Amino acid sequence: MAEAPLLSVKDLVVEFPTRRGLVLRAVDGVSFELRQGEVLGLVGESGAGKSITGAAVIGLLEPPGRIAGGEVRLKGERIDQLDRGAMRRVRGGRIGMVFQDPLTSLNPLYTVGQQLVETIQTHLPLSPAQARQRAVDLLVEVGIPAAERRIDSYPHEFSGGMRQRVIIALALAAEPELVIADEPTTALDVSVQAQVIAVLKRLCREKNMAIILITHDMGVIAELAHRVAVMYAGRIVEIGPVRDVVKAPRHPYTRGLMGSIPDPAAEADRLTQIPGAMPRLNAIPSGCAFNPRCASVLDRCRRERPSARVVGSSEVACWLDDEQLRRSDLQAVVAR
Amino acid sequence: MIAFLIRRIAQAVLVMLVVGFVAFSMFRFVGDPVSIMVGQEATAADRAAMAERLGIDRPFPVQFARFVGNALNGDFGISYRVGRPVMDLIQERLPATLELALCAAMFALVFGIGAGVYTALHRDGALSHAAMTLSLIGVSLPTFLIGIGLIFLFSVELNWLPSFGRGQVVDVGGWKSGFLTQSGLRSLVLPTITLGLFQMTLIMRLVRSEMLEVLRTDYIKFARARGLHDRAIHYGHALKNTLIPVITLMGIRLGSLVAFAIITETVFQWPGVGFLFVASVQAVDVPMMASYLVLVAAFFVVVNLVVDLAYYRVDPRLRTDHATARS
Ligand SMILES: Nc1ncnc2c1ncn2[C@@H]1O[C@H](COP(=O)(O)OP(=O)(O)OP(=O)(O)O)[C@@H](O)[C@H]1O
Ligand code: SF4
Ligand SMILES: [Mg+2]
Repeated sequence: MAEAPLLSVKDLVVEFPTRRGLVLRAVDGVSFELRQGEVLGLVGESGAGKSITGAAVIGLLEPPGRIAGGEVRLKGERIDQLDRGAMRRVRGGRIGMVFQDPLTSLNPLYTVGQQLVETIQTHLPLSPAQARQRAVDLLVEVGIPAAERRIDSYPHEFSGGMRQRVIIALALAAEPELVIADEPTTALDVSVQAQVIAVLKRLCREKNMAIILITHDMGVIAELAHRVAVMYAGRIVEIGPVRDVVKAPRHPYTRGLMGSIPDPAAEADRLTQIPGAMPRLNAIPSGCAFNPRCASVLDRCRRERPSARVVGSSEVACWLDDEQLRRSDLQAVVAR
Repeated sequence: MIAFLIRRIAQAVLVMLVVGFVAFSMFRFVGDPVSIMVGQEATAADRAAMAERLGIDRPFPVQFARFVGNALNGDFGISYRVGRPVMDLIQERLPATLELALCAAMFALVFGIGAGVYTALHRDGALSHAAMTLSLIGVSLPTFLIGIGLIFLFSVELNWLPSFGRGQVVDVGGWKSGFLTQSGLRSLVLPTITLGLFQMTLIMRLVRSEMLEVLRTDYIKFARARGLHDRAIHYGHALKNTLIPVITLMGIRLGSLVAFAIITETVFQWPGVGFLFVASVQAVDVPMMASYLVLVAAFFVVVNLVVDLAYYRVDPRLRTDHATARS
């Protein structure tokens, strides 16, 4: 624990006040840390609060959404309370972002080069010629062939996979220390996904850049991430090294989730499905949010919310004792 | 590009032919030109001579062909009412109408786009709410009421601006311009607002709703995530995308300014072609009416053509040929 972590998120709470006076908590007490060059996967069912967590970190929550509690620190310095101008410089400058849909993330009316140069010059004191050179270099780096020529093409002249590379180049324009990638491969063809993953992996290694990787795809996590955080109803239920969380999940929800990943070795009909659905934000059960779906539920789970505690190399938020969490038959219990 | 141009021009020609046909048909079905020209007490010989002079003793297709041919040469016949070539009359009156339409168009564009962008960016501001409410009035009030209201307030009550006519005009190579004298400019103010207000409010509401739409798109979100300045996001990225769908509609709107000018010119006794048209209708001056119809249509067609080309310029997606390089 020598140096401060690159990113530290502590007890983050994100709320959406609704018109009827109700306040929805999309993120409720999320904490995690990220070291330089580390890739943290963020997984969970749809609506778990993954994107909102990412948006909160980079200061892109859309009103009325707001950070209602906790703190976000970048290299020890709080960034959740910066004024607009300072936060704008962090965005794109120190934290880059990659979105899901490469087809809609680029402005159709400007060439790829114009968009790159604009971004570069916003953050770095470069002349137009230098910025253009840097733009070409970036395109080469993300693997665009004939970058020198393609830089003057419009977005619609690129395929989906190539556009996602352009978007990655844009996110990297100012050499950020951290990139938040929200489902960067979900919208791509399977064949292209692997290429984009490979680009991210190489850049992460070469530039010692940290990534928060939001995805549904455990294959992507296994390929790219060092650690993974599992979210459920706005909370992190388990966080730890990928190998442990995927191969030996502790939390009943993680076990269910990992069970729902198609495993080529297993027969298709042995896929486990967690019964029920994630609660809506206006009806999150008290205690452990997972309790209505949990096969191992205890009385206590309905009253008190479990906080994260260290189990092996992971942290798990569950009332079951260590002994029970390690039992290999737990998954079967969830599956039934 | 070439194919696109040819297609658009062919369409324009077709539209003009149809309009020409309608205009031409007026000669046959509206009133009896011979009676109008020679008067009620003329002899049969007088009538026949006049019919021959006007060329209306010929078969229909021949007449139409002649009409089109003459029109192409700028010959729209002789005004029944004044007895002078229609083209001369229109040429005298056209500067007044075009200057007014131009001012109204600028007024509508500048204030329409400006207010549209402002109300989109400051959606919940008091000024935006006020502008939206006012725009409802602008859309729903008839033009002549606005004109009369303005005259009442600024001419009668406050006595700031003239209520009729063009003021002093200066002849610049046959073009009588009101832009060069103070009284000419002052005379333009009220008619410009009257004519442009309706278009302005429409443009404002359209720009506002388009802009709000664009601000919700992924590429604007991504532009924010790249840390671009608000100014660049709003005016560089959002506005340009907003204007693309707006351009088409604005073309139609601005083209219609010339047509709408009839009412404004009547209210302000503005000596333009619209005013001329009203007088012609009262006198059943068919050549005059027909020419006016052709003129307004031509104006529409030209504006639309220009708009299409502008659209083509702004949107790179239209410019790519089929041989799009995909990699
Ligand atoms: N503007 C908003 N107002 C109210 N609730 C919102 C708003 N935006 C998101 N939410 C809620 O916040 C919760 C978390 O959303 P989020 O987008 O983070 O989910 P996610 O984990 O990224 O899901 P997905 O995998 O579908 O992208 C959801 O329940 C969603 O309904
Ligand atoms: S805390 Fe209780 S309900 Fe929640 S996952 Fe653990 S056992 Fe199940
Ligand atoms: Mg999401």
